[in-house]
Amino acid sequence: MGRFTVNAVLVVFSLICLVPVLLVLSASLSTETAISQFGYTLLPVQFSTAAYEYILAQPQRIMNAYVVTSIVTVTGTVCGLTVMSLLAYSISRQRFALRKPLSFYIFFTLLFNGGLIPFYLFVSQTLKLKDNPLILILPYLVSVWNVLLLRTSFQSLPEELLDAARIDGANEWRIFFQIAIPMSTPVLATVALFTMLSYWNDWWMSLLFINNKSLYSIQFLLYNIMQGLEAMNATPEIAARYGGNLPTLTVRMAMAFFAIGPVAFAYLFLQKYFIRGITIGSLK
Amino acid sequence: MAISSGSMARSAVPVGSAPRKSFWSRLKLFLDKNGTFMLMALPGAALVFIFAYAPMPGIVIAFKDLKFNLGVWGSPWVGLNNFGYLIATPLTGRVLFNTLFMNTLFIVTGTAGAIGVALLMNEVHGKFRGRVYQSAMFFPNFISIVVVSYFVFAFLSTDQGLVNNVLKSFGVEPLQWYSSPEYWPVILVIVNIWKGVGVGSIIYLATIVSINPEFYEAAKIDGANKLDQIRYITLPLLIPVITILTLLAIGRIFYADFGLFFIVTRDTPALYPTTDVIDTFVFRGLRQLGDIGMTAAAGLTQSVIGFILVIIANLVVRKVDPEKSLF
Repeated sequence: MGRFTVNAVLVVFSLICLVPVLLVLSASLSTETAISQFGYTLLPVQFSTAAYEYILAQPQRIMNAYVVTSIVTVTGTVCGLTVMSLLAYSISRQRFALRKPLSFYIFFTLLFNGGLIPFYLFVSQTLKLKDNPLILILPYLVSVWNVLLLRTSFQSLPEELLDAARIDGANEWRIFFQIAIPMSTPVLATVALFTMLSYWNDWWMSLLFINNKSLYSIQFLLYNIMQGLEAMNATPEIAARYGGNLPTLTVRMAMAFFAIGPVAFAYLFLQKYFIRGITIGSLK
Repeated sequence: MAISSGSMARSAVPVGSAPRKSFWSRLKLFLDKNGTFMLMALPGAALVFIFAYAPMPGIVIAFKDLKFNLGVWGSPWVGLNNFGYLIATPLTGRVLFNTLFMNTLFIVTGTAGAIGVALLMNEVHGKFRGRVYQSAMFFPNFISIVVVSYFVFAFLSTDQGLVNNVLKSFGVEPLQWYSSPEYWPVILVIVNIWKGVGVGSIIYLATIVSINPEFYEAAKIDGANKLDQIRYITLPLLIPVITILTLLAIGRIFYADFGLFFIVTRDTPALYPTTDVIDTFVFRGLRQLGDIGMTAAAGLTQSVIGFILVIIANLVVRKVDPEKSLF
């Protein structure tokens, strides 16, 4: 297999992976009429920032969604990281008597879950968390895979080091915060990154439990727009500006770009961590 | 004399053993050693309880005729009736078929694709170039499925989609993609590969890279070309990994990717014949709240069969490579 062929195939496939983003970007920077006439093209036939202007003229919905998603993401990641690393640390220590039962308790959830209906009824009837921002955060705080990853990482900490600290009189909290955590920053960074990603990309909890429009996450807003359930706000003044030809398709694509923008941006700069994260994740 | 009457005054102390610790002092000792750890684990364990274990009793809904005014516990018990309805409904067969069929397609195409990419990546010279390819190929995995549905829409929209435009330019009649269920197994397979093959190739690439180069050298001396080398060395040595991953995937064959079958399809009823899977079936049943007992029965069936399959899959994997199984 010639080197040329190999690289050619990989280049083509890499482009295929990136082309859809280009398609969406190009559509968002196009005039509405060009899309109606020529359809979605790789490069805009008629360049226009109308879609973005439209969104930013009446930015409430999208700004609101950004705020909601950002708060949920940051809170969720910080709390989740804390809760998960504490949990993982405790079950990584041989000396913890409850280590085995607790591990089983945690990992059993990977094998069996009650299903959607019991979950839905429990959250909405018993916990009464419908339309409550907490439901966007809480269920994802403990990700069993991440706990597994963290536990493996904590297990590899040299026990002699911890014992030395214990002999010096340090209690387990100090050992956790002053030894275990600093020695595990790569794994913690990876878990933080993937937790952030799962919060940012989430639409499932919103689909199940959120009806209040001011609590829409950005992905859920995007979904509603695609389904035509969410018309972009059009006051008469704005409608007049477009002469009755509201940029609906281009606006949808521009919205998609808002949803993917931060992720693409982060990916560009934090690629190394993304890649390292998946590699560790899939090998485990 | 004094000693023996002393030990007879206390109740259950065997003569000659250490003084018996009370329950409380043993508890205190336990807490001294483990209390901190218990405290550390508490928030996480509590969350897992709330969202994974606490809802489980709701499973009984599958065996009840749920009346909302009576609540879950007050509603009448109907035994296996809901399961009976489920089996009797023609929709169920279709849903079951779609789930198993599509997942099988995903397993086969996903594995083939990932291996292909891994084999190609192995031939790439230069770390930088390899990293560039990997960055591009991993990217789709980080995009939310909602955004992916926008991509698919840009391609398959009836009037403006890229695909129809290309068809039109070739003089071919454009298709109404979102009304044609017969194309969607292929469409979803393509989307699934696009999203997952980059990341899926990692583990295969890691395995390939760890193969002893001496094998290849010996083969080259014997006159083997690239293709022969792949056929007789690389692929056979990949079989353990392939087996394990495939087994684990089969363990999850009753669970469908909800995002693919609901979001990407835009939940279009016309497409249900090929895209309605157990997960979307249960979700729709929940939304409509019509016959929630039957829906719950479907959900429970999925959980139970899924559980059995996962256990079996992991037991088999444990025989092949103990490290890779869940337990």
